[in-house]
Amino acid sequence: MASPLNVSVVSANQQIWAGEASMVVAKTVEGEIGILAGHEPMLAILAAGEVRVNTTSGERLVARADDGFLSVENDTVTIVARDAELVS
Amino acid sequence: MGAQLRVYRSKIKSAQTTKKITRAMELISASRIQKAQQRVAESTPYSRAITRAVSAVATHSNVEHPLTVEREKLDTAAVVIFTSDRGLAGAFSSSVLKEAESLAALLRSQGKSVVYFLVGRKANAYFSFRKRDSEKVWTGGTDQPVFETAKEIADAVVTAYNLDDAEGGVDEIHLVYNRFVSMVSQVPEIVRLLPLEVVEGEATESTEVYPLYEFEPDAETVLDALLPIYVESRIWNAMLQSAAAEHAARQKAMKSASDNADNLIRDYTRLANNARQSEITQQISEIVGGADALAPAKK
Repeated sequence: MASPLNVSVVSANQQIWAGEASMVVAKTVEGEIGILAGHEPMLAILAAGEVRVNTTSGERLVARADDGFLSVENDTVTIVARDAELVS
Repeated sequence: MGAQLRVYRSKIKSAQTTKKITRAMELISASRIQKAQQRVAESTPYSRAITRAVSAVATHSNVEHPLTVEREKLDTAAVVIFTSDRGLAGAFSSSVLKEAESLAALLRSQGKSVVYFLVGRKANAYFSFRKRDSEKVWTGGTDQPVFETAKEIADAVVTAYNLDDAEGGVDEIHLVYNRFVSMVSQVPEIVRLLPLEVVEGEATESTEVYPLYEFEPDAETVLDALLPIYVESRIWNAMLQSAAAEHAARQKAMKSASDNADNLIRDYTRLANNARQSEITQQISEIVGGADALAPAKK
């Protein structure tokens, strides 16, 4: 498998979560998108909904990120939203 | 008790009372400064992520967004001034107001008219005392800012920016705030917020090939959504910096006030002791003099 993704979930007040993940699934304004390592650079606006992160250790994280956006660059995924929070 | 002694005693009392207050304020600020600094640190990942995203769009696409393009005619400039709600913080508010005044003078010399957005009661008081107009004022909570205020300010300035000149719109937005450098140093800083100057990304000139960015849905929409958030995060950051700087300035001011009170108490205690001593001396010499005067009569 390719190198893992570096994922961070950030809200206005603090960094909520950061770590390595194998896959990130988010819902953008155009539909759901799954991101694996080696994805091309991207900037997307998130629709209301959840972002799912499959960590390298096999856990599944779900975060709520309304009015946010997602950026992918060199296997670094940043999910930014004014009020983001971890659901589970 | 002599009159002089009584005056000194009351001065000592009043210095002691003042010292109690300043000491308490010093301790409060000292405990809050940590929290404020932490909030600045916590908000950094957010603003960094947004700045990176904005500069990515700006460098990887040729979208001309109204918020990034410098207008041909710059008539009006808006200045947002961040001060504190309360005084007793040394030169905190006045230094930022002075900085804003010199910025306004500079803008006027370039032929622009200046409108003000004020944050904090001190700025409001400064302007109303001089009977000067301000566009909008936010007061309350400068020492513990909440994000909603940042959002309101951002909305107000972006709305003003998007208005036409005829309707009272502005062509430039500047922020003036105290930047927290360290516990002992807070520097007033001027930032031009709009039109945007994306600093990051321009430094790396075209030696490397830019990766092709994909925008969803498209670059224009992304920029549309990002820029208000960017403005918001810059204002939020300015508010947090200003809050941390306020606590630091207050702590410093109150520390020196307490030290001064200590000095005063020491000096007045010496004077009071002196007065008491000379009173006693005078009384003794009066008794001795009186006894001497009576002595020959006895014989």
